[in-house]
Amino acid sequence: MPEAARSVRLTGYRRPNGAVGVRNHVLILPVDDLSNAAAEGVARLINGTTALPHPYGRLQFGEDLELTFRTLSGHGANPNVYGVVVIGIEPKWTDRVASAIAKTGKPVEAFSIERHGDLNVINAASRAAYRLVQDASELEREPIQVSELVLSIKCGESDPTLGLAGNKAQGRVVDWLVDMGASVIFGETSELTGGEHLIANRCATPALKRRFMRIYNNYIRMIEAQGVDLLGSQPTEGNIRGGLSTIEEKALGNIQKTGSRPINAVLDYAEPVKPGQGLVFMNSSSAGAEQVTLCAAAGSVLHFFTTGQGNVVGHPLIPVIKVSPNPITCATMGEHIDVQLPDLLLGEISLDQAAHRILEVFERTVNGRLTAAELLRHNEFVITRLYPSA
Amino acid sequence: MAYRALAHKSTDDVAIAVADLKAGEEVTVHSLEGGRTHKVRLLEDIPLGHKIALRDLPEGHVVIEYGEKVGRMIKAVRKGGYVHVHNIRTLRWDYGKAEARGYKKVRRGH
Repeated sequence: MPEAARSVRLTGYRRPNGAVGVRNHVLILPVDDLSNAAAEGVARLINGTTALPHPYGRLQFGEDLELTFRTLSGHGANPNVYGVVVIGIEPKWTDRVASAIAKTGKPVEAFSIERHGDLNVINAASRAAYRLVQDASELEREPIQVSELVLSIKCGESDPTLGLAGNKAQGRVVDWLVDMGASVIFGETSELTGGEHLIANRCATPALKRRFMRIYNNYIRMIEAQGVDLLGSQPTEGNIRGGLSTIEEKALGNIQKTGSRPINAVLDYAEPVKPGQGLVFMNSSSAGAEQVTLCAAAGSVLHFFTTGQGNVVGHPLIPVIKVSPNPITCATMGEHIDVQLPDLLLGEISLDQAAHRILEVFERTVNGRLTAAELLRHNEFVITRLYPSA
Repeated sequence: MAYRALAHKSTDDVAIAVADLKAGEEVTVHSLEGGRTHKVRLLEDIPLGHKIALRDLPEGHVVIEYGEKVGRMIKAVRKGGYVHVHNIRTLRWDYGKAEARGYKKVRRGH
């Protein structure tokens, strides 16, 4: 790795449990759909808060319920969050989510609506949020190391310019970050089809390889159990317009961004990731907002998102850095792209120069520079569901 | 001079246009991993990001890109022709095989 890559100077926020974040949000977290109104009421009253409204949290059961709990508490526990106000319709599930977040040692306050009503809850929760935001505003950034960070990657609205250029440069950056001790999460299980053998062969142990193939095969069986196949949805119409013809071609381009390091962990949806794990596979949908949401729930504090045709996704809590080598995308929707690489596609700069350009934007973004998605209010928060509610 | 078309490996069957290319243009195709260059005269317009056949690809041919299998030709294409969903299909959910296994042909739009 070049010396220049090692010289990045980063600052962030250290949480009570030692975890390191790059943003300092105060989160208003509804446990269920019914509590969105109160959570959004608090967010409207108190400056500097972020509500995460969503349509779920009622009558879920089994693994699907566990995943929703893990997604909600994972967002509260995310190191980019200073403190959390949890609001639910009734106290039991509300306390369950709040207690899981409180294990991180960060301030958490819980409120339930039954026997109080929205207006009393908004009053009490707003007073709690007021104190949290004021305290958060006094927390200072301090120097941090790459080795203290959990990061994540995905590509979206992909086209062949990613496999040729954007994902190759991103892969080099992933190698550098892993070598400096960061954890980097990738997923997109169905979108590895045609290259799953390449991922399997990079798993660090035979047990991880078996676990990866089990997760991959289960995902494909789940799709086939619907009596359909992925033709028509993989590649997507956007991918086809961009020039991708088959899922295999899409997957081989996709895999370029994972770099070349061994895969040290194979996890299921939204399982927590700690710094120092290196490259980590996490089972996930290949849909942009779902995957970014799962990564944030697992503890990622910053996401790299390479795009060909111009996916505009963001996230309410973690900065999403958009990278594109497609000259048409950069010319027509440049306000969405943080790192433009058409010159790499045309061979005018080297892969290392392109990787340095991404790394420089990473450094500035960690240190507080807002991303395109943050500026444009792309706050997609999309919970993955495994099956219908009871 | 800026690239007009690129292949991943010099042994691949297809290259990618990195600019909008017109029928009749002769392009020199470099490979990202080095090796020999190809000279190809285009038989059709090929837009940025789309694929050019680097040799004659007969119907049934398993197409190599990235040095890996990416699909099967369902219609032959000549060297310099345009390779896309009209003439290449995934190997994973082959229509013939899929129907034999009782799958419906479902296209879900996005």
